[in-house]
Amino acid sequence: MSDDILMDIKKDYVLSRIRAGERIDGRRFDEFREVKVQTGIIEKAEGSALVRLGNTQVVVGVKMQIGEPFPDTPEKGIIITNAELVPLASPTFEPGPPDENSIELARVVDRGIRESEAIDLEKLCIEEGEKVWIVFIDIHALDDDGNLMDASAIAAISALKSAIVPAERFEVGEDFPLPVQDFPISVTSLVVDDKVLVDPCRDEMSVGSNLMTITSDEMGRIVAMQKSGSYLLPEEKFYELLELSVAKAGEIREIVKSQIQGGQDGEDEES
Amino acid sequence: MEKPKLIVDGRRLDGRGFEELRPIKIEAGVLKRADGSCYLEMGKNKIIAAVYGPREVHPRHLQDPSKAVIRYRYNMAPFSVEERKKPGPDRRSVEISKVSREALEPVIMKELFPRSGIDVFVEVLQADAGTRTACLNAASVALIDAGVAMRGMVTAVAVAKVDGEIVLDPMKEEDNYGEADVPIAFLIRNGKIESIALLQMDGRLTLEEMRRAMELAKKGVMQIYKLQREAIMRKYMREGEDYEGSEEAMEVERERECEEAKGEGEKERENRKEEGRNE
Repeated sequence: MSDDILMDIKKDYVLSRIRAGERIDGRRFDEFREVKVQTGIIEKAEGSALVRLGNTQVVVGVKMQIGEPFPDTPEKGIIITNAELVPLASPTFEPGPPDENSIELARVVDRGIRESEAIDLEKLCIEEGEKVWIVFIDIHALDDDGNLMDASAIAAISALKSAIVPAERFEVGEDFPLPVQDFPISVTSLVVDDKVLVDPCRDEMSVGSNLMTITSDEMGRIVAMQKSGSYLLPEEKFYELLELSVAKAGEIREIVKSQIQGGQDGEDEES
Repeated sequence: MEKPKLIVDGRRLDGRGFEELRPIKIEAGVLKRADGSCYLEMGKNKIIAAVYGPREVHPRHLQDPSKAVIRYRYNMAPFSVEERKKPGPDRRSVEISKVSREALEPVIMKELFPRSGIDVFVEVLQADAGTRTACLNAASVALIDAGVAMRGMVTAVAVAKVDGEIVLDPMKEEDNYGEADVPIAFLIRNGKIESIALLQMDGRLTLEEMRRAMELAKKGVMQIYKLQREAIMRKYMREGEDYEGSEEAMEVERERECEEAKGEGEKERENRKEEGRNE
């Protein structure tokens, strides 16, 4: 109950600041929080990444196994994406089977990677119709200070980029880097009245979770979209979001790339 | 499996043009026990929707003292697809239920029904691409059939990119082998598209193609909207006709006739009396 009152106060505060043309943490409306990426943090995983987006933290681990391909794609590897919103990440998360929020999170991240064809699945075929690599992408939220979606998507592609296919362990040849050929980036915005707030933090979400996620590939094409939250989106806003999201994705992609390629896993880039 | 050619001589596999919908059939009020219901066919999709409520919410702790709680369950019958689907909710249907509920929530006037629940159940009896949009169309009609107050009608359609062309209302083959799929739902009020209620997308589209997809969807939903309205009108007309033929209606009719027959003579007499008194 006291939470509700606190939420109401926060909501009024956030709204009054937005109407005054500013955000509560001083960011511009189209500004992301600082992104920090560290790859290779879990040695037992084939690929891994810890992403910090402001105070939001997510770990993604990539594990691989050999299995049977789907009958309709006998010459392609398989991607399986899962998300766990573990109770340590937020007072509102509860243990138990995945709820609709974690399912949505996993599926939207999955769509971005799948539809941009970020992983060259044909190179993950060992024996057509018999044996292919299965890539498990597991999203593990650590701290939910808003926009787990984009943090997870960044962590997922970073972990994949750093993944090594464990062929030796499974005795099917030599280890090789996971063939990653695109770099999808999702951009989630909060729609408040006539304003659009990119990368909303938890407190900003007190005005309601009117979210729109647009994922684009390296060529600036849209590869996934998801309107999430009980609200009505005006058509003009949608076109504005399209342009904005593609432009922002370009910026974020460069930041993330520079951190996972240079600066040895981005560990001590900024410190 | 080889990808078949989906567009031949500017026509789609089933002979449709790019901007053409599949045949649609909508019927409101098809279930007896539900407060509102709708049966809908869109091409080979066969959907049945039921609305229960506003009614008491169970479990009780889910009640909201300020507004109604909306629940939406999208479910596919095991026999609705080529390969039998394991019964019960899978991850896909959980996600579809979530976004569909979120499309209806801002349209239903929830604040009119505090502490109550409105349950929308949609069953896919046969699936052939575009089931989530077909289900939303059926659910809207069922909600109106149940008499739930709404800000307008929710009407949905999917748009796809197939062999490089943006096409309306893709069927199964086009969905499977197409390059993109965009399900969209709009709130339509007084015959005018007001805003976007549901929007998802997977595949690959340029910004330009995305804008074109939106335009095509808008064209498509206006046709569906007309059919939704007609289905509701038919339901009420039928109710009127049923009433005309029913026992209750006969009774009223007989009474009225008696009254009239009696009236003819009596009225005249009374009129004369009145006149006499007045004079």
